[in-house]
Amino acid sequence: MANVPQRAPSVSPSRKNSLEAAKKAASAGVLLDVARVESAPMDVHADPIPWKGKVGAVLALDGPGATHSAPAPVARAPAAPAKGCGTGACDCKTTAAPARKDAEQMQKRTRSRLAELAGILGIGTPRDAATAAAVSRDAGVPGAASKKPAKLDPSRPGSGIPARPIIRFLVWARRVSQAGFFGLFMFFLFQTGFRGNFAANADTAVRLPYPVEAFLLADPFVSAMTVLSTHTVYRGLLWSVGLLALTLVFGRVFCGWICPFGTLHHFFGWILPSRRGRGGSRVEANKTHTYQRVKYYLMYAFILASVAGSAIGGLFDPICIAVRAIGLGVIPAVQYAGGRGLALVQDVPARPVQQAADGTQDFLATTVWQSHQFYFHQTWFILFLLVAVLFANRFIPRFWCRVLCPLGAFLGMFSRFALFGMEKDHAKCTDCNLCIVNCQGADSPQGGVKWRQDECHMCMNCESACPEDVIKFRFLPNRKSTVTRPDTQRRTLLATAAAGAAFIPAVRIADSLDVNYHAKVIRPPGAVEERAFLERCIRCAECMKVCPNNALHPAMFEAGIEGLWTPILIARIGYCEHSCVLCGQVCPTGAIQKITEKEKLGLGVPPVKIGTAFYDHGRCLPWSMQTPCIVCEEFCPTSPKAIWVEEVEAPMRDSKPGPAGEQPGMHQVKLQRPHVDPSLCIGCGACEKVCPVQDQPAVYITSVGESRSKTNVILLENTNYNQKS
Amino acid sequence: MAAEDNKSAPPEGEKLAPPPAKAVASPSIVSPYFYRPSRRELLTRLGAAAAVLGGSAALGRFVWDKGGFGASQAGGTRQVRDYTLKGTTADFAELAIARAKADETPSAEVLVGRALAAMGGMKRFISRGDIVVVKPNIGWDRMPIHAANTNPDVVAAVVQQAFEAGAKRVVVADGSCNEPDRCFQRSGIWKAAYAKGADIVLPAEHRYRTTRIKGEVLDEWPIFTTLVDADKVINVPVAKHHNLAKYTAAMKNWYGVLGGRRNRLHQNIDTSIADLATFMRPTLVVVDAMRVLMRNGPQGGNIDDTKVMNTVFATVDQVAADAFGCTLIGQKPENMPYLKMGHERNLGTMNWQSLRVREV
Repeated sequence: MANVPQRAPSVSPSRKNSLEAAKKAASAGVLLDVARVESAPMDVHADPIPWKGKVGAVLALDGPGATHSAPAPVARAPAAPAKGCGTGACDCKTTAAPARKDAEQMQKRTRSRLAELAGILGIGTPRDAATAAAVSRDAGVPGAASKKPAKLDPSRPGSGIPARPIIRFLVWARRVSQAGFFGLFMFFLFQTGFRGNFAANADTAVRLPYPVEAFLLADPFVSAMTVLSTHTVYRGLLWSVGLLALTLVFGRVFCGWICPFGTLHHFFGWILPSRRGRGGSRVEANKTHTYQRVKYYLMYAFILASVAGSAIGGLFDPICIAVRAIGLGVIPAVQYAGGRGLALVQDVPARPVQQAADGTQDFLATTVWQSHQFYFHQTWFILFLLVAVLFANRFIPRFWCRVLCPLGAFLGMFSRFALFGMEKDHAKCTDCNLCIVNCQGADSPQGGVKWRQDECHMCMNCESACPEDVIKFRFLPNRKSTVTRPDTQRRTLLATAAAGAAFIPAVRIADSLDVNYHAKVIRPPGAVEERAFLERCIRCAECMKVCPNNALHPAMFEAGIEGLWTPILIARIGYCEHSCVLCGQVCPTGAIQKITEKEKLGLGVPPVKIGTAFYDHGRCLPWSMQTPCIVCEEFCPTSPKAIWVEEVEAPMRDSKPGPAGEQPGMHQVKLQRPHVDPSLCIGCGACEKVCPVQDQPAVYITSVGESRSKTNVILLENTNYNQKS
Repeated sequence: MAAEDNKSAPPEGEKLAPPPAKAVASPSIVSPYFYRPSRRELLTRLGAAAAVLGGSAALGRFVWDKGGFGASQAGGTRQVRDYTLKGTTADFAELAIARAKADETPSAEVLVGRALAAMGGMKRFISRGDIVVVKPNIGWDRMPIHAANTNPDVVAAVVQQAFEAGAKRVVVADGSCNEPDRCFQRSGIWKAAYAKGADIVLPAEHRYRTTRIKGEVLDEWPIFTTLVDADKVINVPVAKHHNLAKYTAAMKNWYGVLGGRRNRLHQNIDTSIADLATFMRPTLVVVDAMRVLMRNGPQGGNIDDTKVMNTVFATVDQVAADAFGCTLIGQKPENMPYLKMGHERNLGTMNWQSLRVREV
């Protein structure tokens, strides 16, 4: 909705409370001044209902004190009490009756008369009707309540109308779906890593058995970013059209039913709510707030950044965050703690205990994590942000989903076309706020205001909770009380989008891409050229999670601020396994291409090089300390080996001085001194990993010579200046 | 008041003296917030303070670290894991070499069977109910054709023989150089040994324990416990070239027992190998020379570097196994320092011809 909200309601509702007014309204077909509700600005939605704070509309009509209070927006906060019909608020119906202190009979007569009147007017709740029927039977008033009352649920508050069975089913279906998809997500995460198989032949290609990147392939925000940056849809990303289609039919069901990160926030919003946990403050927290626009601005900024050539929005994509934070942070941390704990148990000098601990370790190593501990470069920061965003649920329930999530915003853009949606019967709303208390998206489900379709997660909690039959989800609903479009402001939107577009050139004039490219930004094998890489890489960390040697790590600032959390290879922690192509297999966007073993090993084609090894002769044992070593040569996986050794005899000094204190003597030793052949070296880093010079290796790899670049080269024959960049 | 004070003015010194107890105890003067604790409360509080003080002192004394470099070092003797068969009976071969004959289709199973039969059969080495560890070389992410790991058919044949001899459980394990899952799968050993009913144990971190080997260069190292928790250990290496050690098979195969950063062993590779062979003394050695890596060892990777020999040899003497084995790739035992060391340490003999050799 693009119009600027007006601060004052267009019609003053401070009218006199009278039966005539009500009758007039009723004859006009509506009880409420619906026109006023619908023209009300969206951020003044808090209490435009005349009977704010009063429950039991029918009886209130005649009550002396129950006036239609003016819905001044300023009076919002003080008007908040007496919410939550759940406890004893239903008694309002009787306590508000004027004839409360009259004689019993008199009271019953009054009630039945009122109920009758309500029936004529077509207002009032079924419980009123039921009460009236019962009362009039008692009072002997004839002709009252000819209609048979609906079956009511006495455990429900208000009128106690039970939710439709389909809704009750859908709420449970949603819970099952959330648990199922979260479980599936975690299962895929646990499976993101190669585990050997007793059934596989020696020549079976090593591949993962499950499509572990499926959630990312179904992510339309990822698709949109890469489509805008590369103008193509990469392979499996076409699946995201399916999720878009789902949104076009049902709205943001992804957020409420599928998204594993959303489920996590749903859960933490439920167990961490103490600050805004109960009653009025929870209602206040769950009302639609203007800060919910932030996610749209972020989304537009990221979309424009993609147009400018960088899929940096992956930093905020919820699936990427979930994979990154859980895969690189939570799982290794739990493994670390669990491993230490079980190691203590293993020291218990009792055979069965040790075997149980061993068995547990084996089970965990083959199902949840790997057989050795994984470490990730600067992962504390990723983990800290996860904890922070989860903790934010304490202040704003589902803070992430409502305020920041660009995928939610993206789906919110498209939910305006959804065929499924909500209709409200404002007239029946008693303002009990049960819908808001249970609301996930802060999308104004309550009566008297318009439903915000773009914010709704389709969790169905509101209709399930509503005891007054106000809310109805259905196909092709009327949109009288629906706002379908995001409530963004044009100028802010333009400004943030422009900022997103401007960010990319702004960071690229810093020296990280065109000039002074970092020697340690070693990209995974099969990675495309750096600019194309930044167009595609969404920082989902799938490649880092799957890497069997713990070689790939999230970059901090090595690749510039734009390259935050893009994958780099840190050979000192792990080297690139020669025959492994798993990182390309799981990459959802083609930043790392799906290369085959033949391409990587260079069988019939030039091998994929990710860098080149160099010797630091001052630290190398055979070169400077006349000590045999050549572990690097042993581990060099290419054939013929890129590391070759030169047989030399070199003088070595004895360690001890002579008997008379003279200079130590010299003797000749036979040595093998290693050299690198840069035309054969693929930069896998195995030599750097195994170099026994522990702290700073005597052989190390840098990115130069990587086959994806035509400029970052050493050898003349690899240079092709006809190619761009 | 002032006049009264003057009248009964006590000497200066007495003014500082505490007021009489009666006055303090008097409820009319003293606020109820100021009271003397009862004897019981006093004792409780004093006792609690004393207990905390005493407890911290005792705890501090108990966990007191006197510091200094030598504090954590402990003595210890050289450790040996000896699985050798005691009391050898005569007549059986001490080194049995099974070569495929020109007119037969080479089969690892047949060759292993022949070599073991010449040694007196597997039953001689394995008792009913034994837990048997079979230690092949699964060091590299290479396929069987590259001959960098033990031939899976040889491993499978040894596993089967062990089961037939009455082993309760046969464990196949090794500490790989490359990524273990990949090595175990792509070497073909996982599938072949699993098919024969063996338990395959990958080198997971939690299976290592720091042990004092107390060798000449190897002192304290993490040991792959799966390989030493056994009744009998059968070493099933592959014979191949090694760029630094020249030739590697039986003795160097014990590198797989070590965890930690074993890349440092290369600085004194011969003594390291001798130390390991001193630590691990297997029941039986079955060397796979079906296909031998002649160059670019130990990892290889090029089929042209390998040579088909269709040979399996078995022995109880790991030094003799390597002394004979190195002749297959044209090396002489005299040029191999670790064989000399093994010989001098009485781990076996490098004069393999002096043993009862039987070619079958």
